[in-house]
Amino acid sequence: MSLFRPRSNFKKEQVKSGIPEGLWVKCPICGEIVYKKELERNLDVCPKCNYHFRLNFKKRIDITFDEDSFSPLFEDLKPDDILEFKDTKKYKDRIKEDQEKTGLLDAAVSGTGMIEKIKAAAVIFDFSFMGGSMGRVVGEKITRTFKYGIEHKLPVIIFSSSGGARMQEGIFSLMQMSKTIAIIAEYNRTDLPYISVLTDPTTGGVSASFASIGDVIIAEPKALIGFAGPRVIEKTIHQNLPEGFQRSEYLLDHGMIDMIVERKDMKNMLKNILSIFLNV
Amino acid sequence: MTSIYLDFEKPIAELEKKIEELKTFNLAFNQNNIASIDDEINSLEIKKEKVIREVFKNLTNWQIIQLSRHPLRPYTLDYIELITENFIELHGDRLFMDDRSVIGGFAFIKKNNGNKRSGFQSVLIVGHQKGRTTKEKIYRNFGMPNPEGYRKAQRLFKLAEKYSIPVITFIDTPGAYPGLGAEERGQSEAIASTIYTLSNLKIPVISIVIGEGGSGGALAFGVANRVFMLEYSIYSVISPEGCASILYKDASKTENAANTLKLTAKDLFNYGIIDGIIPEPLGGAHRDKVKISQEIKSIILDAVSELKNLDHETLRAERIKKFLVLDKFND
Ligand SMILES: [Zn+2]
Repeated sequence: MSLFRPRSNFKKEQVKSGIPEGLWVKCPICGEIVYKKELERNLDVCPKCNYHFRLNFKKRIDITFDEDSFSPLFEDLKPDDILEFKDTKKYKDRIKEDQEKTGLLDAAVSGTGMIEKIKAAAVIFDFSFMGGSMGRVVGEKITRTFKYGIEHKLPVIIFSSSGGARMQEGIFSLMQMSKTIAIIAEYNRTDLPYISVLTDPTTGGVSASFASIGDVIIAEPKALIGFAGPRVIEKTIHQNLPEGFQRSEYLLDHGMIDMIVERKDMKNMLKNILSIFLNV
Repeated sequence: MTSIYLDFEKPIAELEKKIEELKTFNLAFNQNNIASIDDEINSLEIKKEKVIREVFKNLTNWQIIQLSRHPLRPYTLDYIELITENFIELHGDRLFMDDRSVIGGFAFIKKNNGNKRSGFQSVLIVGHQKGRTTKEKIYRNFGMPNPEGYRKAQRLFKLAEKYSIPVITFIDTPGAYPGLGAEERGQSEAIASTIYTLSNLKIPVISIVIGEGGSGGALAFGVANRVFMLEYSIYSVISPEGCASILYKDASKTENAANTLKLTAKDLFNYGIIDGIIPEPLGGAHRDKVKISQEIKSIILDAVSELKNLDHETLRAERIKKFLVLDKFND
């Protein structure tokens, strides 16, 4: 039995920015039409196929940290248009639009919070801001969060949801890959844990940098995870990709991640891992 | 003589063809060279140099990109041949296979003024390798590594560290290979852990972008104490073609993407992302492989002798610091 419908049934637009407006939502994986309220009650998880919809940062904070325990860090970092980049739209305008749309200055939030009374530093990606892409602000936030972790002896958890490096920042976005890895090399001189949580999607320059070198790598069910995009691969190899290709279950089978954890169990699993590594 | 020309090299091609013809003609009358023809050849040579200077004076980004991918451009193995001695290639990642798009091995570089033993510098060379003929291109997977290429490199980096031998990387790839098997075997992990391994190395690392610096697949070999680019090489988060089709949603906008991406050696030097630009011979590296090799060799030897004085911890710390503050996003 196949877990996935043929790729042609995927509707990318509908997954783009979390839950679309309206009363009903169509699951991008199984096609089920779900009542929005019901989906929200179910932690934004499809009741039929268990696809974990993209979560905005507020919901992620809510379900991860003890009540009112999250306090943001480095909030004032905001993107600038260093290359004066313009494609069909000016990068400046894209930033402004997504800032208005999401209430965020850039695609990731960082801060500290308690997970069942264990304090941790965290970075949370929000895909609705320019596809969660990593530019200088996101790279800097990750870097500062690990530094904060070193200074305050805190574990670090990163929830990725990103299409990869932000092309509008050109070479600077590429350099965030080496920057985030450099700080992890420093962080790993301590005995503090770094847990990488991969959510839908984690691809490109994010997948090929900090997200793939966690001490423990967890994925949410059915998240798209990979270096190259499936369409690029199809175009390169001229053949159809197997069902479930580059989804969490596929990565688990191939030894690329430690486990798949459902949203409802995530907090508890994080707590268990942290308490063992920190011996608390 | 060069035989493949880019569009903007055509004026050079015509002159070279004429010169070639005259030389052949002269050869046919070898006994008594016709003086007037010699004169003509000379004046054509002068004209050719002038034309090359003219063509190369104001290259567009797109022309530089084409040069970085020039079919005659020297590749890693060319430089190994021209720069090193006793190159010993080592193969395989010890896990799955030998990736032929990545060359790795140890060699000597002869110091110009040295005497005997002290006159040789041991180095590890790791670089992307493209092919020139169709057969070679396929054999080298167009210079696009699978995870095994990166894992072979990691193995060799650690070996170099054991012997305190400096690492030289040559970067020349359109990008990591976007294939089914590559994903299956962890392309992301392979790139990330290679960057991690390089970050932590306690030996000198010197990287030179010799052609195409394509995205994460290039950066995996680019975390170095010193990073240089050849004058007509490029380094970018995405190819201009990819950028045009994804962001402009119009494949014909490649030139626009090439300009807006800021991917030339000059751009990157101005941004402070690389340490230096290695000037190319008139008309590009492919017009004088020996000369460009000498340039590269002396850059390597200078950098190695600078870095060799630093202790192991400092080499690591310096490299990590460099990549932490590279984008000047510090308050
Ligand atoms: Zn579903």
